[in-house]
Amino acid sequence: MKLLFGSFLSGLLFSIGLSISGMTQPKKVLAFLDLFGNWDPSLLWVMIGAITVYSVTYRLGLANRSPLFSPTFHIPELKSVDKFLVFGAIIFGIGWGLAGFCPGPALTSLMTLQKDPFLFCLGLILGMFIFKQLRQWKAL
Amino acid sequence: MLQPLLGGMIIGLAAGVLWFFNGRILGVSGILGGILSPTKGDTLWRILFFLGIFSGALLCYHFDPTAFDIAGLSPTRLLTAGILVGFGTRMGNGCTSGHGVCGMGRFSLRSILATFIFMAFGALTIGIVRHVLGGV
Repeated sequence: MKLLFGSFLSGLLFSIGLSISGMTQPKKVLAFLDLFGNWDPSLLWVMIGAITVYSVTYRLGLANRSPLFSPTFHIPELKSVDKFLVFGAIIFGIGWGLAGFCPGPALTSLMTLQKDPFLFCLGLILGMFIFKQLRQWKAL
Repeated sequence: MLQPLLGGMIIGLAAGVLWFFNGRILGVSGILGGILSPTKGDTLWRILFFLGIFSGALLCYHFDPTAFDIAGLSPTRLLTAGILVGFGTRMGNGCTSGHGVCGMGRFSLRSILATFIFMAFGALTIGIVRHVLGGV
């Protein structure tokens, strides 16, 4: 139960942060990525703010023996750089630069009931299924 | 500058809450992926996370609809972008939140590299679309 409260609170804060930061405005995101055009660097501050606060809370958390509501920390196990990481990031980057949406802001924007985030999220789920299927067929 | 910084800090706090309370990394593509390929006893918290996202979104949209300014792109472009983002984030095990915020905050080499790559290719893509192909 407490665990569910933790994830609800986190999701709530997350979408509020995204909305305030400007990340839910694809036009702004594209202007941030458009280094070769009329570059808008303001979203750099989002990264600086988020990384700074998280790096502190991450360490504060680790200083406890376990999370408050759960027995263990789920620390990502993958450590080495492989072709999945590199090609995955390339493909994601191309999609991000094409529409200015990444998963968090797109899912957040669903609540506006506009067609843009809806179409993007449809593709998002489709793309995830395609990858899962290819993995199951051992094609990748 | 103030709004992006404040918003970013709240994003960092959200990720901190999920870590401090639940011991989980806030990676949206990973949390969503776990709902699409569910394992027993590992799904409900993910759903609650998205309910939180949707609640916050409704709240923000109510107070400031301009925070959700849509670019108005063609359906083909949006769908294609979505497919690439879905595929790529599962393949690379993370997106802007998991690699860009949490991974960077943990100084993970994988995430630092991934973030550098997806930002570079994002810039390259919109650069080509706008300045080579003459698109929007």
